[in-house]
Amino acid sequence: MFKIVTKRELNDAVTLMEIDAPFIAKKAKAGQFIIFRLDKLGERVPLTIADYDREKGTVTIIFQKVGLSTKMLAEMNEGDYISDFVGPLGMPTDYEDFKKVAVVGGGVGNAIAYPQAKALHNMGVEVDIIAGFRNKDIVILEDEMKKASTNLYITTDDGSYGEKGFVTDKLKSLIDAGNKYDAVIAIGPVPMMKFVSLTTKPYGIKTLVSLNPIMIDGTGMCGGCRVTVGGEIKFACVDGPDFDGHLVDFDELMNRNSIYRTCEAEASEHMCTMNRLGKELIK
Amino acid sequence: MPNMSLEKVKMPEQAPDIRNKNFDEVAIGYTEEMAIEEAQRCLNCKHKPCVNGCPVNVRIPEFIEKVAEGNFSEAYKVITTTNALPAVCGRVCPQESQCESKCVRGIKGEPVGIGRLERFVADWYMKNGKDEVVKPELNGKKVAVIGSGPSGLACAGDLAKLGYDVTIFEAIHTAGGVLVYGIPEFRLPKAIVQKEIDKLSEMGVKVMTNMVIGKVLSIDELVDDMGFDAVFIGSGAGLPSFMGIEGEALVGVYSANEYLTRINLMKAYLDEYDTPINKSKAIAIVGGGNVAMDAARCAKRLGAEVYIIYRRSEEEMPARLEEIHHAKEEGIKFKLLTNPIRILDDGNGKVAGIECLEMELGEPDASGRRSPVAKEDSNFVIDVDSVVMSIGTSPNPLIRRTTKGLETNRRGCLIVNEDTMQTTREGIYAGGDAVTGAATVILAMGAGKKGAESIHEYLKNK
Repeated sequence: MFKIVTKRELNDAVTLMEIDAPFIAKKAKAGQFIIFRLDKLGERVPLTIADYDREKGTVTIIFQKVGLSTKMLAEMNEGDYISDFVGPLGMPTDYEDFKKVAVVGGGVGNAIAYPQAKALHNMGVEVDIIAGFRNKDIVILEDEMKKASTNLYITTDDGSYGEKGFVTDKLKSLIDAGNKYDAVIAIGPVPMMKFVSLTTKPYGIKTLVSLNPIMIDGTGMCGGCRVTVGGEIKFACVDGPDFDGHLVDFDELMNRNSIYRTCEAEASEHMCTMNRLGKELIK
Repeated sequence: MPNMSLEKVKMPEQAPDIRNKNFDEVAIGYTEEMAIEEAQRCLNCKHKPCVNGCPVNVRIPEFIEKVAEGNFSEAYKVITTTNALPAVCGRVCPQESQCESKCVRGIKGEPVGIGRLERFVADWYMKNGKDEVVKPELNGKKVAVIGSGPSGLACAGDLAKLGYDVTIFEAIHTAGGVLVYGIPEFRLPKAIVQKEIDKLSEMGVKVMTNMVIGKVLSIDELVDDMGFDAVFIGSGAGLPSFMGIEGEALVGVYSANEYLTRINLMKAYLDEYDTPINKSKAIAIVGGGNVAMDAARCAKRLGAEVYIIYRRSEEEMPARLEEIHHAKEEGIKFKLLTNPIRILDDGNGKVAGIECLEMELGEPDASGRRSPVAKEDSNFVIDVDSVVMSIGTSPNPLIRRTTKGLETNRRGCLIVNEDTMQTTREGIYAGGDAVTGAATVILAMGAGKKGAESIHEYLKNK
């Protein structure tokens, strides 16, 4: 059993929790994920590790209430226990020897982009964060991201906070203004990662994306999370979740992620703008 | 005077048309009278050929003699001197190619129903037996077992009996390996597996779930930091293969592991469980092994029209005869000498059918099996909305990638000394599918037992 040590609502839809999991806290690295299961009836749900505290023995997760399990988890409180919490799974992000990086986050994806930015920042890399949100009300982790970056640019679709527009607009203008990025790390909804990859491709900038296919075991045993990268089948849970954005078949991933949409119908009251835009363009 | 009936006492079973709509166990099991009657068919041969056919050498005529006498409790004691999981083995072993294939009574008529009797004894004991679990005195040495499938459980049980402080590390949230995620409830009730595992816990074996070795801890950390004196790797062969044909990424294509994990481990077929599974109208299961039969029979129980697609003929099918027989009775259609070449897209990214070629059998290959050859222009489409790939699995690379000095063959199987089960590193042993590739429960258990013996040999003088 795993204890919820801290709970903080970042906005109406997004919750942060620190979970007591000393084995995982000792090993976790940016880019890896965990799988949780609430109780014996529960499903196994993957979430990226947002932060960890090796001394306290805790792992931080940040999640959006999108389906049954994340809604139920968000109802739980400090001091409550969840049945299963396993990790760290997946390969850590390979930072090579980057000097300057743009970290691009979309919506709740910023919660996952943030630890990447922090890790790079702590390594002395120059980090620009471009954090995109639908509107002012859902902006999260602004202070944290400011501390983990050289420059923080916030965009909102409706212009209610920061700059009006999409992250791709901002990224393109920064590249065109002469910023020489060794890599772009994009984390967010699949359509957003797709468009960031399409934005950087003509410039030949290495682009890493963190994929979020449906998973069950997360250890390479079922292939439910398979994705096509550069024409080859990869299992995101063991080969990823990070992949070269220029090689990923995003349309296939979007299609596969829709498998259980009817099963979780009531859960999708929120569809982000990039997702809708992506759907229209893909048609 | 032995019972000279040429046939086994019939096993009571749920009727095919009833059982193909539920997940309850198909075979109901012998009554005491049936068991005694069947036991009396055993001739108690002096040379005991059946024992040699059993990978863990259960003392077969001895336990059957006790059953014939109605002394079930003694029969149980005889079995469990060499087999820690009789309720499981009696149900899932391919007896027709093991113990029963060697039975003298099988020369003329049917062999003695050894598996059925083993199962009867184990079930009887679970219900009526008095379990005085003796917690052995600890000898001060610690052994780590990686994986809680049949090989790991057998190894842990034997080591615990010898006084070792044993910890099993399991990656998922429930112990049992393929016994819980792979083999369905209607063939092996999960309550039985749990009871066998509980027995190990009572003996002092610790089971740590949610521990992915190679990620959360490495084998070297188990030895150097956590003080384990030896390690047994029983991590199985859980990595699914795909065919590499067009359309395998479509919605509605599953590996058998995913399909069976959702159903067996996550209980997706029950409303109160949260894990979803799509109900198919018609489904193609590609493959001819036990896993394919399990997937097919699960799909049938979820209401689908089910096709087994296998590229050779029924004779070459690796599945147990009984499973093939059960599948047919339950209304599963067999498309033999048929090989898929493409999965069709409905235009929305979902499966709309599977295109196949007819095959014929050519010359026997190196392994002695006649290899299938495609007939030209024999393409045809089977109308399905889901496909399950059940064409085999290989060992997960996680442990070999994160442990220095562990050598593997080109199929990714750990290399061991076959007499001792020692890997290419001192103090680290391995067995089961992690060594052989996908095989049977009983072979994995045999390897686990052998591993335990060698670990004892290695540690008792250390």
